[in-house]
Amino acid sequence: MEDTRTSRLNSFFSPQQGMLFAVLGIFIIYPFVANNYYTDVAFFFGIYALLGLSLNVVLGEVGLFDLGHAGFYAIGAYITAILNTKLGIPVLALLPVSAIAAALFAYVVCSPIIHLRGDYLCIVTIGMGEIIRLALINNPFDLTGGPNGVFGIDFPSLGSHFVIDSSIEYYFFIWIVVGFSIIALIRLQNSRIGRAWNCIREDEIAANANGINVRYYKLLAFVLGAAMAGIAGNIYASKLMCVSPESFSFMESCLMFCIVLIGGMGSIPGVLIGAAVISLFPEIFRPFALYRMLIFGTVMILMMMFRPGGAWPRRRGGADMRSIMNIRRKHG
Amino acid sequence: MELVLEQIINGLTIGSFYALIALGYSMVYGVLKLINFAHGDFFTLGSYLGYTVLVFGSAFLTAHCGLWGGMVVAMAIAAICVALAGITVERLAYRPIYPAGRLPAVVSALGASIFLQNAIMVIWGPRYQAYPASLIPNIHIQLGGLHITILQIVILVFSFFLMGILYYIIQRTLFGSAIRASALDRDTASLMGINFNRVILFIFTLGPALGAITGVMVGMYYRQISFTMGWNYGLKAFTATILGGIGNLPGAMFGGLILGLLEMFGGAYISAAWKDVFVFLILILVLIFRPNGLFGEKLAEKV
Repeated sequence: MEDTRTSRLNSFFSPQQGMLFAVLGIFIIYPFVANNYYTDVAFFFGIYALLGLSLNVVLGEVGLFDLGHAGFYAIGAYITAILNTKLGIPVLALLPVSAIAAALFAYVVCSPIIHLRGDYLCIVTIGMGEIIRLALINNPFDLTGGPNGVFGIDFPSLGSHFVIDSSIEYYFFIWIVVGFSIIALIRLQNSRIGRAWNCIREDEIAANANGINVRYYKLLAFVLGAAMAGIAGNIYASKLMCVSPESFSFMESCLMFCIVLIGGMGSIPGVLIGAAVISLFPEIFRPFALYRMLIFGTVMILMMMFRPGGAWPRRRGGADMRSIMNIRRKHG
Repeated sequence: MELVLEQIINGLTIGSFYALIALGYSMVYGVLKLINFAHGDFFTLGSYLGYTVLVFGSAFLTAHCGLWGGMVVAMAIAAICVALAGITVERLAYRPIYPAGRLPAVVSALGASIFLQNAIMVIWGPRYQAYPASLIPNIHIQLGGLHITILQIVILVFSFFLMGILYYIIQRTLFGSAIRASALDRDTASLMGINFNRVILFIFTLGPALGAITGVMVGMYYRQISFTMGWNYGLKAFTATILGGIGNLPGAMFGGLILGLLEMFGGAYISAAWKDVFVFLILILVLIFRPNGLFGEKLAEKV
């Protein structure tokens, strides 16, 4: 009797859905309860979530070591900043432009290096990120404003009525973008492309042998990841109203890398947890002032010690290459 | 001509710094396949310890050891302390994570790096520190039109001496062959009776000690040190490691020297502001055409 009642309840409203609605509810109510400061903290949580999701495509889904992802983020932010301040193009119209610019950049830069493996790819992406940062500091063609960066970026707006300028509006803006990205990425994970990506991650040679165009799918991951980072850059630039090279340092790339690994490679809920750890912990430890980054480093080590697969590892479905290969090995 | 020679000497000096740090990266990478991001911070820690020894022991050092003796004492103390720090970090932050695979270890290394960097900031303060000028040998010599300092020559000679010793240890001694064997195939090496944990202990003593000595030399050469400099030197040294072929020790030394020369000549003849861009561009170009580094062997892929 008890069993049937719970199962009927479950069919109406499964625990997962219940959790989902609860989380959504908290997200919607949160900015009305919290003050501006905590709304802004949640906004930056959103930015890191978007960046984490974007790197997750490259690192989590395909297993490509990308430690220069801040470069794509910088391209998006600076394209927005420069086109908005010099030509006066509205920020919202620049959202797709930033994405396309970062994606194009990724395509051009990654095409020649996509054949590199593991740590060699890692150092090349580090180099690429550093080149972008140094180029921004050196102020080519007087566009990037050198170490000071670019000031006076507009608020995102549609006409003169709908202007995103308060903390709450920015909060909803970023989280709606994150929400759509999550839906798109879940759809992608279960598609032919997602399966090809995971196949490459598990065993590149086997993927190649099965007729997957490894080069194409790797590039696709980079381009898509860069486009999402570009979008994050656009929103970040308009929120801060200024961009400067120090926001896109190697450290930032490392933090994105940690978001994906702390959460769990290829796991979307994991990325959200990782982004929460990276963006909220330094705020939580703010009372410890001087020692907060010390604690932060320790937390990173401890998380890897106790949950090396990440906080919320990806559940492997039926199409898991490694498990199939293991079965094959066991049974001859 | 003199200018070119001066650039070569300056480039080799910086290059030997990169080479010595790169050796630490390369040894750890060779044996554990781990990019030890904390290595740059061992270097910073060494630099700060040397600074402390020179500042607080200045009266004693000038009375008993002289200028060069003081330098040696500072290096020795820094090397020993940082080697201990290296072993501790390996024990606490890396060893529990090896079974989990390579990527969690990378995050742990980043965590250790953030920890060390901020520990240095908490202990010595966030401002730049300057090595005391009175304790640094400052003798210029002139060879024809060539301006160099004695310190520079000593640093160069000493770096090459250290690299030579390391090369000897790795290539000629029994312990060196144990390291090379572990780098080639860890399991087989263990089966041949090599104590893998002692190999790890050894590389985490030697690498950070070399880094610390380099830190003291950098402090003496540039006078100014900051708690964030480990990132920059670490990044360059890692670049040198890859340039030479990862896990290949002579390659790492050459990679460092080449990187130093490139940086100097790029800075002098192309543009000082763009010299780092130039370095990374060369790195990317080298890797596009030689994906295993300049001296790396092409490994067959196992299926």
